[in-house]
Amino acid sequence: MVVTTSWYLALGAVLFSLGAVGLLTRRNPLIMFMCVELMLNAVNLTFVSLGAELGDLGGQLSVFFVLVVAAAEVVVGLGIIVAIMRRRQGATADDLSVLGG
Amino acid sequence: MDAFVFLVSAAIVLTGAVGVLTSRNPVHAALFLVQTLFGVAVLFVLQDATFLAAVQVIVYAGAVVILFLFVIMLLGVDRAEDLGVEPIVGQRPVAAVIGASLMGLLLTLLLVATDGPTGAPGRTAPLGDAGDNTRRLGEALFTGHVFAVELTALLLTVAVVGAVVLARTVKGPLQPLPVVVVATATEPDEPADEGADEPADEGAEEEAKEEAKEEGSA
Repeated sequence: MVVTTSWYLALGAVLFSLGAVGLLTRRNPLIMFMCVELMLNAVNLTFVSLGAELGDLGGQLSVFFVLVVAAAEVVVGLGIIVAIMRRRQGATADDLSVLGG
Repeated sequence: MDAFVFLVSAAIVLTGAVGVLTSRNPVHAALFLVQTLFGVAVLFVLQDATFLAAVQVIVYAGAVVILFLFVIMLLGVDRAEDLGVEPIVGQRPVAAVIGASLMGLLLTLLLVATDGPTGAPGRTAPLGDAGDNTRRLGEALFTGHVFAVELTALLLTVAVVGAVVLARTVKGPLQPLPVVVVATATEPDEPADEGADEPADEGAEEEAKEEAKEEGSA
């Protein structure tokens, strides 16, 4: 049995969908962040697979930059979550509806 | 052999992802996330992306998840969450429909494209084998993409400064977020007092400080 690129792409699709469902259903902001990480990893897997399929290094280069942006996003996002949680213990995503004015 | 490794790591990745979705305790979700990230790292190795596999383990599993765990432990939000309640009616069915249609769309695209992914093979940055991967990636990053590397450096600096600004302690009492009952359209009873940030007299200031202390100890 030969592992083709389509297998990786299918796995990436399933992983991305799982992350999207988690982002839509969970209310804990930390777990929502983890679901975003799942989606980013699914896209990374797709990038690497297509790069391997086409023999191009560009896929891996894109993944490198996605990793950097994901790290920066986590730092800022967790800072925001900490700032919110200090004002209100156990805040969920629903509590932030006050931002709507 | 490849198929065996792929199937095992795919199972690891998917069980980890389902674990993140369904675990009630955030700490368990973070550990399931580590499982998924390791599975993806194995898949990277399987595709000769050895440098990215190492970075995946070091940066994601080593730094990002530890950061998550730090925040969970520091904030004390590691108690279990009740997944039985559904505060917004119909949220989960809608999310399931959206997820299923997303997955169906992507998988259908894969099945329809019988000739597989199309495109021209790369000419400027050819992909080497596993042993050559790191050198080629470094050459490509620091020659052709050096401007992007500088921009990511700037981005990381901005992110660090932003995190420091967000995490600094504010002088004076913190204003708690107003309590809003979800799924009702009623406004909060009292609109927030605009002068609440600066108490007018000393008595009010002391009161506010005591309140802040109580909140801190609670």
